Amino acid sequence: MQLTAHESAGLLLVEVMEDRIDAAGAIQFKDSMRELAARGSGRVMLDMSRVAFLDSSGLGAVVAVMKLLGPDRKLELAGLTPTVEKVFRLTRMDSVFTIHASVPEDLRHAG
Amino acid sequence: MPNIRLVIASDQLAVRQALAQLLSAPLLGQHTDDLRGRAEIVLAEVLNNIVEHAYADCAGEITLELSEEPAGIACRICDNGSAMPGLVLPEGQLAAHDPDDLPEGGFGWFLIRTLTQDLCYARQGRINELRFRLPETETS
Repeated sequence: MQLTAHESAGLLLVEVMEDRIDAAGAIQFKDSMRELAARGSGRVMLDMSRVAFLDSSGLGAVVAVMKLLGPDRKLELAGLTPTVEKVFRLTRMDSVFTIHASVPEDLRHAG
Repeated sequence: MPNIRLVIASDQLAVRQALAQLLSAPLLGQHTDDLRGRAEIVLAEVLNNIVEHAYADCAGEITLELSEEPAGIACRICDNGSAMPGLVLPEGQLAAHDPDDLPEGGFGWFLIRTLTQDLCYARQGRINELRFRLPETETS
């Protein structure tokens, strides 16, 4: 599971470099995110624009990452592709996360 | 006769490979991105459930049959693993979203039930048979 992280101004921007977060990769995603999250203490934004597919295991892993960040750190999502957006919408998890259409321009080139 | 018949091993990487193969096959290729997206969600959930539960203690094969129908794509998926507990499909109700204790699982059967029609399960001897249809347009 390849993730690229940039940290600036209290925000950890993590770009998921894989095209899917599925049952075969969900645990690895969660473990890699746990390691990355330990570096910072502020907001975390997950750039999902390369992720074309996420199944219920992948969704569970994203929820688990939010929970491991704890109540004082927010997990925000950006760039959900149509099938990923559908899974969040159907399971009503779109109401749990702050979701950005894409990574805000001022963050894109940060770090 | 089904348009597509595929037999795969019961492991997560075989599931991933089968999904890629099915989505690029002519049967699904001629449909909208929306239907292809729903097909990938449903088939991933069904197949991973079989890998994780029916074949939890042993390895085996999963047979997929997909056919074009006027109302959508008919799917039949069989395995030789353990039977569904109580011989019925899980209800798949979405748990309430308690912000202090969000669920990390239990989404699979909810997604399957939401995105399919005429879902039925039968235990035929030592075989689990799941049938459903992926409708042309989302009905949820």
